[in-house]
Amino acid sequence: MTTANAPNVSNDPNVSNGLKKTPLNARHRASNARMVPFAGWEMPVEYAGITSEHMAVRTRAGVFDVSHMGEIEIAGSNAEAAMQRIVCSDPARLKAGQAQYSGLLTPDGTFLDDLIVYRMAPNHFLLVVNASNTAKDFAWISEQVKSVGDAAAIDSSSRYALIALCGPASREVLQPLTGVELGDIQPFWFAHGEVASARATIARTGYTGEDGYEIFVPPNMADRVWQALLESGRSAGVVPAGLGARDTLRLEAALRLYGNDIDETTTVLEAGLGWMIGWTNEAFIGRDRLLAQKASGVTRRLTGFEMIDRGIARHGYRVVEGDTPVGVVTSGTQTPFLGKAIGMAYVPIDQSKPGSQIQIDIRGRIAAARVVPMPFYRRERNAVSG
Amino acid sequence: MPYPDDRKYTKDHEWVRVAGDVAEVGITDFAQQQLGDVVYVELPDVGSRVTAGQSFGSIESVKAVSELFAPVNGEVAEVNEALKSHPEAVNKDPHSTWMIKVRVSGPDGAADLLDSAQYQGMLG
Repeated sequence: MTTANAPNVSNDPNVSNGLKKTPLNARHRASNARMVPFAGWEMPVEYAGITSEHMAVRTRAGVFDVSHMGEIEIAGSNAEAAMQRIVCSDPARLKAGQAQYSGLLTPDGTFLDDLIVYRMAPNHFLLVVNASNTAKDFAWISEQVKSVGDAAAIDSSSRYALIALCGPASREVLQPLTGVELGDIQPFWFAHGEVASARATIARTGYTGEDGYEIFVPPNMADRVWQALLESGRSAGVVPAGLGARDTLRLEAALRLYGNDIDETTTVLEAGLGWMIGWTNEAFIGRDRLLAQKASGVTRRLTGFEMIDRGIARHGYRVVEGDTPVGVVTSGTQTPFLGKAIGMAYVPIDQSKPGSQIQIDIRGRIAAARVVPMPFYRRERNAVSG
Repeated sequence: MPYPDDRKYTKDHEWVRVAGDVAEVGITDFAQQQLGDVVYVELPDVGSRVTAGQSFGSIESVKAVSELFAPVNGEVAEVNEALKSHPEAVNKDPHSTWMIKVRVSGPDGAADLLDSAQYQGMLG
């Protein structure tokens, strides 16, 4: 036993060894998941293996526990004005029931976090933020809303379990479990209803490059919903999938990972995410700096590459010209689905055009890579699923 | 998966099987489980020297890269070229998948090697 004032002692049953547990922790252990510390949480990194889980999501579907994600709600008669200040998209343009990818920025136009904004009601927004940033974001947001009158922020992370169902079979797996007509939910919209008789909000959002749903449920219903999804998906070959596959899937889809690809030193424009900026929103923090950077042009840009030489370029490896470091790899892996080594790196703008060759220092060996357009993987879309 | 007793093991989870003056070197089942799906194995050239306890190459899974440590001193006599196109063999059959064959020069460095029972005892 440790002493009572040791930092990792907690009476909270959802905390052990200083790590928080999601409501599905016992289920993951029973499923023989490999559990790892991630952003202060004990999370499943893989069940059967990253490659097989990755392939299941691309060809069938996978179920992810993403309950570690933070939820911050902003409500009040001035909630919209508060949101216009806090995030760099244009949340005033969202209708109730609609969501958008956005950024929480510093005054320099760099990322405090990236997030999805859900407009629950005209005066009520839900922000889903990265687990590692929840406390920082909440403190920042609480400070910002003070100046906009009637708007309050609450950290409601513990009120939600979040389960992501991703892959082409998602709709056929989920539809038998809910009265919500899933065909009516367009991408980046959501609906309230029930899943496996549990109260749920079903959002057509995700982080894998596949069609699918993120399902918000009360924590005590998480296991019931998890089991129901796997049962419903059994004949379709649906499997539980861990953070390892989530990372390789998001990288194939060129979705940025906070702490790897974007952080407080990288601007929205440098990250190649200019499309997320709502220039019609004149109130957001960081706007002036981004306007200036847009006018002058960026000097470096987050760029996709494929390895030409053998090897995998990983986070933190240098992009070099001769002996001189000129950039840095932010993410890299051998992708299961595309079967090649890919990655993203910040490189000087004159090296960021598709077709350019860059050199990467892989633990002392210089390896050539080719700049390619992003995303690396784009799912086939049909007219029905939009 | 059993750990065969026809060979020795390192604390870094390599195995070494000596026949005459040639030692086959691979990684253990425990190691491949920890790594997860192996996607890339970087091995030395034939003729290069390896030193017990020193890195002779690297192995990459989807998740991470790890160093490979030589259990013995010697000269690389052969490398398993099939691992270039089929690195997943390390996951499927770790104890039959040798990575390099080393022509052993002297017994130096072999003192720290564990037998099967000792290795399994270490894994707990």
